[in-house]
Amino acid sequence: MELHALTIAQAKKLLADREISSVGLVSAMLDRIEAHDAKVGAFLTVDRKGALAAASAADARLANGEDAPLLGIPVALKDLLCTTGVRTTCGSKILEEFVPTYDATSVDMLKKAGAVIIGKTNMDEFGMGSSTENSGFHVTRNPWNLDHVPGGSSGGSAAAVAARMCTASLGTDTGGSIRQPASHCGIVGLKPTYGRVSRFGLVSYASSLDQIGPITRTVRDAAIMMNVIAGHDPKDSTSAAVDAPDFTSALAEFDANGLSGMKAGIPKEYLGMEGLDPEVEKAFADARKVLEDLGVEIVEVSLPHTDYAVAAYYVLAPSEASSNLARYDGVKYGARQKDADGLIDMYKKTRSKGFGPEVQRRIIMGTYALSAGYYDEYYGRASRVRTLIMDDFAKAFEGCDIIISPVAPTPAFKIGENVDDPLTMYLSDIFTLSANMAGIPGLSVPCGISETGLPMGLQILGKRFDEMSVLRAGYGFEQSAPSFPGLPEL
Amino acid sequence: MKISKDDVEHIAHLARLEVDDSLVEKFSTQVSGILDYIDVLKDVDVSGVPLASGAALQTNVFREDRVKPSPGPSVTLTNAPDRDDDFYTVPKVVG
Repeated sequence: MELHALTIAQAKKLLADREISSVGLVSAMLDRIEAHDAKVGAFLTVDRKGALAAASAADARLANGEDAPLLGIPVALKDLLCTTGVRTTCGSKILEEFVPTYDATSVDMLKKAGAVIIGKTNMDEFGMGSSTENSGFHVTRNPWNLDHVPGGSSGGSAAAVAARMCTASLGTDTGGSIRQPASHCGIVGLKPTYGRVSRFGLVSYASSLDQIGPITRTVRDAAIMMNVIAGHDPKDSTSAAVDAPDFTSALAEFDANGLSGMKAGIPKEYLGMEGLDPEVEKAFADARKVLEDLGVEIVEVSLPHTDYAVAAYYVLAPSEASSNLARYDGVKYGARQKDADGLIDMYKKTRSKGFGPEVQRRIIMGTYALSAGYYDEYYGRASRVRTLIMDDFAKAFEGCDIIISPVAPTPAFKIGENVDDPLTMYLSDIFTLSANMAGIPGLSVPCGISETGLPMGLQILGKRFDEMSVLRAGYGFEQSAPSFPGLPEL
Repeated sequence: MKISKDDVEHIAHLARLEVDDSLVEKFSTQVSGILDYIDVLKDVDVSGVPLASGAALQTNVFREDRVKPSPGPSVTLTNAPDRDDDFYTVPKVVG
């Protein structure tokens, strides 16, 4: 039995039946990391000792007949979630030595559910990127083809699940950073509704857009993870005081009633869009057919401000970033450059040495957009356009339950291909970032593989706080889609 | 919108960055390109449209103002790059 390829649901059953142990499962993952991570580069920190200790403790609890939703399951975390005693770099040199003294709420919930934290995964610095090439440490490679990017910014979390180095992981999504790498790596990723999962202990990039969510092998596993991490948290004032449902009941709903009666909207602005890869277009058309065969009614909807979404996003996100990242001043935590002439010079040297080029570029963009005389022209205008985009989705959802599209316009591109062309990189977020602007949930589920062997994903968006419809449709699609070559060889 | 090298240096100063000489030219070209792209927003009629206040539920969040235990300086200052006892230290600010 390949322990490292098990889903959460499968591993839980075997653990409960005492056919496998958590130490055995975690050791299989650690061996896998040892054997293959030098070429994939999914991890920044592997907590071998902590993971084995937690696995032993889980085995003792299992032997005692205890049960918990993730008891003994190895989970990896994007390295921007604070973990007590385990360094949290955010993919940045400025936090290279930062060791948090508290756990993020989502991490605390995972631990309470019995999960074994195996390590921290690589990412674009502060979440700024779509390829994990902007990490301050090393690039992560796509397990399906090591010459290609895994997507980003949660590229390490996606690659680790696809390469079977953990059973599941957490990522974060500010403009597509869970869904796009999940799509590029042939696995499942869910960006929950804004406010559904506490952001306490998440290192901020753009606070009005950031959201934590699961990256898993199956839709069922995503629902299991959501049952653990969703819920109101008084420590995050934007966390919604809304009861979290049992997300796995969405799957039972499909098993009982299928998808008949469900309406899926396809935005007319997305069809025939410039830059859409023909293979992605074909995979999406096939996915649409699968849903139609399941009884889903396809309707045309309109998102009239689609052409403005990328532009508005790349004003708002860098503006929030320039403000959030002002905290890295070399005083309270993080690296400090010593050879400075006074306080201001210390700030400048510390920040310039600590931040990579993409982060500096976005801070400059954001500072410009917020500076005196330009605020109304850039930030103000972009914020009003965001209101229009939110209204577009509200209107579109009057006529459908879910909205479907490809996740990304192309399969994963080659490493280095877009490094010096930030605008092209930004445009690859076209299908994903509107969901962050509107605060709605979005799922990426594998829907095909290109002739060159690179996975592609179907995106399913839902109404705010309606992850249930998204999971039900995603699960139905997953159960019914033509078989997908599930695992990459390494 | 063209952002000159001087503009980049001025904005960098506002953001407390000391952009490497080799990057100033590059940022000037790239940020100008991004701003040209962003100009598309001028085509949208936003008159009367309110500012978006984020995607959070539009309710104020209050809590009781109660004293709770604090981790204390030994924990809070764990990651200080430079400290003197229970204080952060910084380069001299006033002459």
